[in-house]
Amino acid sequence: MAAITKNVEEIRNRVILGEFGVKNVHTTDYPGNYPGYDDTWDLEKFQKNFRIDVVNLDESSMEFDMVGIDAAIANAFRRILLAEVPTMAIEKVFIYNNTSIVQDEVLAHRLGLIPIKADPRLFEYRNTGDETVEEEGSEIDTIQLQLKIKCSRNPRASKDSSDPRELYLNHMVYSKDIKWVPIGNQADVFVDSGIGPVHDDILVAQLRPGQELDITMHCVKGIGKDHAKFSPVATASYRLLPEITLLEPVEGEMAERLKRCFSRGVIELEDVNGKSELTNLTRHLKNIIIIFTVESTGILPPDVLVTEAVKVLMTKCQRFLGELDSSEME
Amino acid sequence: MAGEGEKKPVLEMVQADGADEGCVTFVLHDEDHTLGNSLRYLIMKNGDVDFCGYTITHPSESKINFRIQTRGGVAATEPLRRGLNELSDVCQHVLNTFQARVNEFKERQEQPME
Repeated sequence: MAAITKNVEEIRNRVILGEFGVKNVHTTDYPGNYPGYDDTWDLEKFQKNFRIDVVNLDESSMEFDMVGIDAAIANAFRRILLAEVPTMAIEKVFIYNNTSIVQDEVLAHRLGLIPIKADPRLFEYRNTGDETVEEEGSEIDTIQLQLKIKCSRNPRASKDSSDPRELYLNHMVYSKDIKWVPIGNQADVFVDSGIGPVHDDILVAQLRPGQELDITMHCVKGIGKDHAKFSPVATASYRLLPEITLLEPVEGEMAERLKRCFSRGVIELEDVNGKSELTNLTRHLKNIIIIFTVESTGILPPDVLVTEAVKVLMTKCQRFLGELDSSEME
Repeated sequence: MAGEGEKKPVLEMVQADGADEGCVTFVLHDEDHTLGNSLRYLIMKNGDVDFCGYTITHPSESKINFRIQTRGGVAATEPLRRGLNELSDVCQHVLNTFQARVNEFKERQEQPME
């Protein structure tokens, strides 16, 4: 009887990595599946068992553990972090002059992928409707940036040098050359933070003397589902907590070799009967402990990104609740 | 004026059986696995629900067919509404816990510097 209970616990709570496949992947704890278990959803039970532990947090990435939440909801957060948290990115590129060797469309594509440090919560979505191409868009939904640069020969270079850094001025166009042009009252609103690319050292194009770029860009608010340039995370991922159980004792020299197979700290050797011995191997993953890693591109700090993602999921639920209520009224 | 009077449907209900209110297929527009799977998980945890599942009919169309079958004569909109409310509550709780723990972590980080 005890063996059956242990088996049931294992099926409910563990994903097993076998030699040829992965077992027990799907959640099975629904009401009625296991006699003797009450699996009906209970918010208080969830709140009692739920826990978050922040492992580390800095400006560009964070790692935290969520205990007691199912993979379906953790995956929803991950998908929203990747595709539905809005950011600002360059969308329209007005190329007035481009005599460089980089084609217009390639240059526009590269500019779009540059992350722009502007808090998207302070902007609105642009109404794509009846706009003509030249219509500027207002200060509440657009950021205007400019890139104007010309490459020339360096008059002070020595006669026989062949290093482009010495021979030419402005031959590498970096993202720090992109300047913000405030429209309307943006100059007052964003006076402390300023708006511009997150990183200064992204190489956009290379020029030679006589070539120039004269480009105006408009940034709008969008989500990753539309285009990957709007995604605020470098990546967001999660994994289950691994649990390694060794089935038979391993001693002596074999134990040393096994220890070297793993990263440092995973297995320790103990001295039993004068020989070192360690415990042997099955690999399990604990189903309810989820280790989340979020790496931000720098537009918003990672903890803000996670809170925004949770709010997006809440907004989706509220939207459908509103629809249900309004259709009930009809 | 283009754009006026053009309202996109968000949620539709399709009932195959005539009088049985307990078996309904909802069509949720502009949704995918993100809401579908998490909502399905919470609705399955409801004791009244006999069957719950969702499918994305074609990957080019962003809509999901969400089917709920209840037992005991409960109307199918009831578990859907309850599931949405519960998902909202879960998110709220996760948000509160997360913000509290992050603030705690930041304070703990500042302490050694004092």
